[in-house]
Amino acid sequence: MVNATEEIKKETASAEDNKAGIAGSTSGFPVSMKVYKLKDLKPFSREIIKSSGENINNCYQCKKCSNGCPITYAMDIQPHLIIKMIQLGMEKEVLGSKTIWLCAACETCGTRCPNEIKLADMMDSLRQMAETKGYVLGQKNASIFHKSFLDSIEKYGRVYEIGMIRDFTIKASGLFGKFFDGSLMRDGKLGIKLIKKGKLGFSPHKIKGTAQIKEIFKKLKRG
Amino acid sequence: MKVSYYPGCSLHGTGREYAESTEAVFKSLGTELVEIEDWNCCGASSGHSRNRDVAVGLPARNLLLAKKSGFTDMVIPCSACFQRTKVAEHELKNHPEMFPEIKYDGGVHIMDIVTFVSENIGIDTIKKKIKKHLDGLKAVTYYGCLTMRHPSITGSKDFENPRNMDALLTALGIDVLDWSYKTDCCGGSLVLTRPDIVWELSGRLYDKAIEAGAECIVTLCPLCQGNLDQQQAEISKKNNRKYNLPVFYFTELMGLAMGEGDVNTWFKRHLVDPTALLKSKKFL
Ligand code: SF4
Ligand code: SF4
Repeated sequence: MVNATEEIKKETASAEDNKAGIAGSTSGFPVSMKVYKLKDLKPFSREIIKSSGENINNCYQCKKCSNGCPITYAMDIQPHLIIKMIQLGMEKEVLGSKTIWLCAACETCGTRCPNEIKLADMMDSLRQMAETKGYVLGQKNASIFHKSFLDSIEKYGRVYEIGMIRDFTIKASGLFGKFFDGSLMRDGKLGIKLIKKGKLGFSPHKIKGTAQIKEIFKKLKRG
Repeated sequence: MKVSYYPGCSLHGTGREYAESTEAVFKSLGTELVEIEDWNCCGASSGHSRNRDVAVGLPARNLLLAKKSGFTDMVIPCSACFQRTKVAEHELKNHPEMFPEIKYDGGVHIMDIVTFVSENIGIDTIKKKIKKHLDGLKAVTYYGCLTMRHPSITGSKDFENPRNMDALLTALGIDVLDWSYKTDCCGGSLVLTRPDIVWELSGRLYDKAIEAGAECIVTLCPLCQGNLDQQQAEISKKNNRKYNLPVFYFTELMGLAMGEGDVNTWFKRHLVDPTALLKSKKFL
């Protein structure tokens, strides 16, 4: 107790001492909140703000994002805590989490955030950073799926579902793994139904402008 | 009226009945859909997950193609394609310096299909075309995520409680019921990587739809329709509850009411067969 009171006193005092770096109080209440500049932040936090364009430092932990997120029940770290942990520089924990891969980019959080933080854009940056920095990914098959999907577009200009799913299945778990957990049978049955319904085609549709698509992938892939 | 049309990959594949019904209905309403020549995939969730430049570059090519053909309006039925194309437009407008290779300076008005039908065609025009009122069909409308969100991108004003598809269906005679799950997520593309999450989220949607008294779900998104229709048998097993909730595209019901298009071919493509329900109402 004593210590905590001492701490508060110290903070308030330093607030009055250092007017330059401290938010001014217009209401007459003593303000002990430091106005952070980008250079004061942890490097990890700075990187995320730069790459996503989202000022996660505005977050005041109201949890509105996590309360509306449909997927928190399956996440290992709730969205508002991802932000807190980034601020604290906990790179390893954040980039190794499942959360960044389970986020469905439904944008419910960003739509409701009182500080206009688009968490879905932040999640994109985190996914990309986790890959480039070579972290062990929290949900590896999600990354493999995105790769298979984009490979299909790069090749044909449009998604060729059967080819993409085959590629993903083999790379993600191997046909053996899928066979033994029963999911190959389940997905295979569904696939056959969809073919019968005329919803899946056996051959890819290749657009004429595939050279332009390759160019988009090549020229624009900076990182 | 002629308008540029971006169907996207789903409408050429798993969402074929969406494309077929959309084309039939538009034709009857006097709007010619001109498919963008040689369009490419928008990149969907994989594009933005992996690379911002690819995520902007892919839809930008489609925008440039539409513009080159002289169109000022572009209609996109798929929610994900619509949102990705709007994001590309937004990025190119606000951060052109980040995409020096792309020379797009605007000029194409991108619209989701429900907004286009409600505002550019209008309910009065539709009402004149109705041959059979779908009276007594109890439905909930399901908009999903990406036609509405993020509102700073989509421009949606009614993002928590959208009502334009409700109004269209009400005009057809359908009894549109209130529920709180219009814009909740179905799990989207997690269906391939974490199907259990889609089962959980979509299962909850069925439960809530039934609780509201619905006999069917009506949507505008091919990914939502895909999950809710194709996974229903599996979710019934998991939840030990026989759902049997047909999942329609709103354009299919417009076609049915207007007596346009080959409705039986569309309905045959569904995994949850809607014909028994429609016959019981004497619509078929
Ligand atoms: S809703 Fe916004 S301010 Fe609130 S905890 Fe989430 S990110 Fe932070
Ligand atoms: S965008 Fe991601 S974090 Fe935000 S509510 Fe949706 S799933 Fe949750």
